Amino acid sequence: MHEVDWKKYVFTFLITAIIFFSAITLSRYFSDKRVEEIRSIHDQISVNILSSEVQTALLEQFSCKEIGTTALSQELGSLGEKLSYTEVSRGSDDPEVMALKRNYSLLEIKDYLLMNRIREKCGTKHVFIIYFYGAKCEDCGKQSLVLTKLREDFPELRVYSFDYNLDLGALQTLISINKIEENFPALLIGDDVYYNYKNIDEMETIIPQLKVWRLENERQEKATTTAQ
Amino acid sequence: MFGAISEVLVYVSLFFSLFFEIFLLITYFEKRSTLKVQSEYKEPAHFPTVSIMVPCYNEEETILKTLSSLLMLDYPKDKLEILVIDDGSSDNTLKILDQFNSSNQIKVYSKPNGGKYTALNFGLQKTSGEFVGCLDADSFVEKSALKRIMNHFNDAETMAVTPAVRVHDPKNVLELMQKVEYAWGIFYRKMLDYLGAIFVTPGPFSIYRREVFSLIGDYRHAHNTEDLEIALRMQANHLKIVNAHDAIVYTVAPKTLKTLYKQRRRWTYGFLNNSLDYKFLFLNKKYGNIGLYILPMAIISIFSSIFFLFSLFWSNAVRAQESITKLMTIGPEFSLSFDWFFVSSSAAIFLTVVGIALIICILVLSRRLTDGHFYFSMDIIYFLAFYSFIVPFWLLSALFNTIFSRSVAWK
Repeated sequence: MHEVDWKKYVFTFLITAIIFFSAITLSRYFSDKRVEEIRSIHDQISVNILSSEVQTALLEQFSCKEIGTTALSQELGSLGEKLSYTEVSRGSDDPEVMALKRNYSLLEIKDYLLMNRIREKCGTKHVFIIYFYGAKCEDCGKQSLVLTKLREDFPELRVYSFDYNLDLGALQTLISINKIEENFPALLIGDDVYYNYKNIDEMETIIPQLKVWRLENERQEKATTTAQ
Repeated sequence: MFGAISEVLVYVSLFFSLFFEIFLLITYFEKRSTLKVQSEYKEPAHFPTVSIMVPCYNEEETILKTLSSLLMLDYPKDKLEILVIDDGSSDNTLKILDQFNSSNQIKVYSKPNGGKYTALNFGLQKTSGEFVGCLDADSFVEKSALKRIMNHFNDAETMAVTPAVRVHDPKNVLELMQKVEYAWGIFYRKMLDYLGAIFVTPGPFSIYRREVFSLIGDYRHAHNTEDLEIALRMQANHLKIVNAHDAIVYTVAPKTLKTLYKQRRRWTYGFLNNSLDYKFLFLNKKYGNIGLYILPMAIISIFSSIFFLFSLFWSNAVRAQESITKLMTIGPEFSLSFDWFFVSSSAAIFLTVVGIALIICILVLSRRLTDGHFYFSMDIIYFLAFYSFIVPFWLLSALFNTIFSRSVAWK
């Protein structure tokens, strides 16, 4: 009397499989959309950098005032966040993500060189931090939080973060020129290299300019509150 | 490594859950035309004699109401015999039962405490009906329940009929949550009926042909879940069990989390241990859907519920740790910025959404089956919000007790 309706099992399996396939396709679609978004931000930044490079080349003929410099690092920052989120969700072995990551690192290096030149020529007040992280690094998460917070608070602070082990010639040159050891987190500030985690207070000791900016911010905030 | 295993387990358990929900829904849509919502019932052509056993142990609060409901049954009085078996109660149950000493219809017996199955076996010896049933002393039958059940015995192959059990007068959040769960159970049992895979003949008002007991023997201790064991034994002997979804019985549901936890731990412990005793049914196509799918799925669902709880705890612990690290590193930060980019779009999220949609679909159908139409009430929210989170606790405890062979007490 116990009967088995095999057809029903096969039919159920097919429907479940179709739902699974649809979910995976949908997930892939949104993931690809993300990569597309990253690529479009990346392209936009490339154009901006190229434009700045051209402007810099024309520096001698034009005044420093005409070179816009503030928005770029913010865009680079948000691109970095989106890229690292995508790296976690798609996996660091995804060739598309890795290609974007290499391009992003190149953009960072170009931006760093360009901003350095602008600072030298025009005397801007930018401060640069070059941050290296690696795979086996317990404190890198905390260090990233500190640097993100500082970058948000001070627009003139430019933070460039690099995956130490990324297969990119320009990055490896940057590492060898500055003799960065495989010890993370590593921070290159000016000509000095700092190893191990540095909290906000320690960062302010290393870069006294941060304290000056903080005081300025506080003064401005107070003035705004009083005016209101 | 742990992450990869955990991800595979997530997808495997999502696959099993979706398969199960779809399987139930296909069964429903296949049989929908034959499934009548509670309707007028046919008068049976003849009324066979029925004996209802009411085992009780310290049931002073509900026994009178239980017996009153039996006396109110729409069934010829001379064909209905009621036996109350007091299993050595230490409260006033026996005193309350004194008032039935002179009753023609209710016979009261008392024996030393030995457990529910001993009370039932004691009662079996005293019964004379062609059909024998049991009613827990904390349950109340609806007037038409017996006639509706007896109609199913027109099929000579049917050896036992189970009713639709509902929660009596649910008031607090826990009871309201169980109300939805029991409605789900009514739907589920009906689908199991269609699949020939009912594996519990519940204490509240399951009726058997008398010959069931001569064919397969009396009730057994069965890890304190004799109603589950006897159903499995019937299935093992190819005796047909059907469900009368319109024969309504109300039962008093646990009012506190502690009593609910104890009751469910006993049920799960009973299920696990009886499954071990009847392991030959598993994945054995000789026993049809029950062996091939329903019982293995019930075991899988225990493990996947526990895994669900663990992964939920794990992901929240990781998130909490990240938040604490952030707070300790850069201090409190309030950000209202929102970017769709950072909303997860993993396949597991979409599959969970489909799974929840199917659960809601089954809940709607369950309510239509029990109440005739769907209506929204807060109990559905309580069920969806809390049920999955509290179930794994008793599952885990029962599993632990099974592995370490600890028996689980009744109360």
